[in-house]
Amino acid sequence: MSAEWPLWEIFIRGQHGLNHRHVGSLHAPDAELAMRHARDVYTRRNEGVSIWVVPSAAISASSPSDKGPMFEPSQDKVYRHPSFFDIPDEIGHM
Amino acid sequence: MYAQMVKSEATQDDPEKLAAFQARIDAGEKIEPKEWMPEGYRKTLIRQIGQHAHSEIVGQLPEGNWITRAPSLERKAILLAKVQDEAGHGLYLYCAAETLGVSRDELTEALLAGKMKYSSIFNYPTLTWADIGAVGWLVDGAAIMNQVPLQRTSFGPYSRAMIRICKEESFHQRQGFDIMRKMATGTKAQRHMAQDALNRFWYPSLMMFGPSDADSVHSAQSIRWKIKMNTNDELRQKFVDQTVPQAEYLGLTVPDPDLRWNADKGGYDFSEPDWDEFFEVLKGNGPCNTERLAARQKAWDDGAWVRDGLMAHAAKQHSAPVAAE
Repeated sequence: MSAEWPLWEIFIRGQHGLNHRHVGSLHAPDAELAMRHARDVYTRRNEGVSIWVVPSAAISASSPSDKGPMFEPSQDKVYRHPSFFDIPDEIGHM
Repeated sequence: MYAQMVKSEATQDDPEKLAAFQARIDAGEKIEPKEWMPEGYRKTLIRQIGQHAHSEIVGQLPEGNWITRAPSLERKAILLAKVQDEAGHGLYLYCAAETLGVSRDELTEALLAGKMKYSSIFNYPTLTWADIGAVGWLVDGAAIMNQVPLQRTSFGPYSRAMIRICKEESFHQRQGFDIMRKMATGTKAQRHMAQDALNRFWYPSLMMFGPSDADSVHSAQSIRWKIKMNTNDELRQKFVDQTVPQAEYLGLTVPDPDLRWNADKGGYDFSEPDWDEFFEVLKGNGPCNTERLAARQKAWDDGAWVRDGLMAHAAKQHSAPVAAE
């Protein structure tokens, strides 16, 4: 045999109330061992309170060459930000 | 350094694309794995990150040698944690290298076949407990010199691995210095042991930075690409300037009769290590090269049934769904 262990992406919730955040990847034969490895590799210093492991192959990513069409259209829609609108001083905080 | 004498690869890409790529690097942008990059950039990085990863893994061997013989339970627990960190550092780096399109197994096999190297420093033996102090203080100290600037390297995954590693590395250097301090203020025999460790590890530590690369074309290309952030000589000088006062504090003597402060340059003048010895060690003729590679080969061979068995098990089981909480 000799198939290489598949790659997993590891997400850690650093503290209660925060999102899980991608911290890196590792190899493991299955989810259970990916979880154990993630604990040893990425939380040796109290870095987390919860771990997600996701097979890397299950992630669909946007392509770098699509960066323009994907993200540029939002650049000219400045009215989506509250700072676009002038609010008279007399109105105070809004 | 942990990656020594990394030959940069010539690149034959479209000059226009190359210029745009260089402009991104000059602007401080990070390059991510799926983005276009010159073939030379990719290959040089695989070699450099791979060598760095191998060094972390092989670097566990000289220290692992003392886990069962650490002088107290506390020292044993600390050393165990340190060696475990080195395994983690190796894993972060292998994953960074893998984003460039090489597999973990390919990297391991290249190491075992002698096609990839690891740092020369790990081919020296750790003969006494004081050597464990010297390794943490000097070897990890030298590694930090190189790794801190590499946090700003242009390749995103490498930079992120370095940030993680640097966060953990200063524990390594401090635990080494703490061992040295205990020994240096101990009995006469312990002081002698500490001095002996410094004597044996001083020049091999200076060699870690590699020979002077002032005229190296490879090095210049890597610096332009922000794969290499400083010249070998710059880092070596910084290491000496930082370490000599620490040795003085310990009451130990750096084994270099020509070491003196040079007020003009604001740094120490010091003797070069024996570069013939360095090249011999790189060629495989250091004191422990055979032993280190044999240990890696044995771990790889003995672990094969476990790797295969767990894959077979995983294939049989429907892995239990892990719900996102």
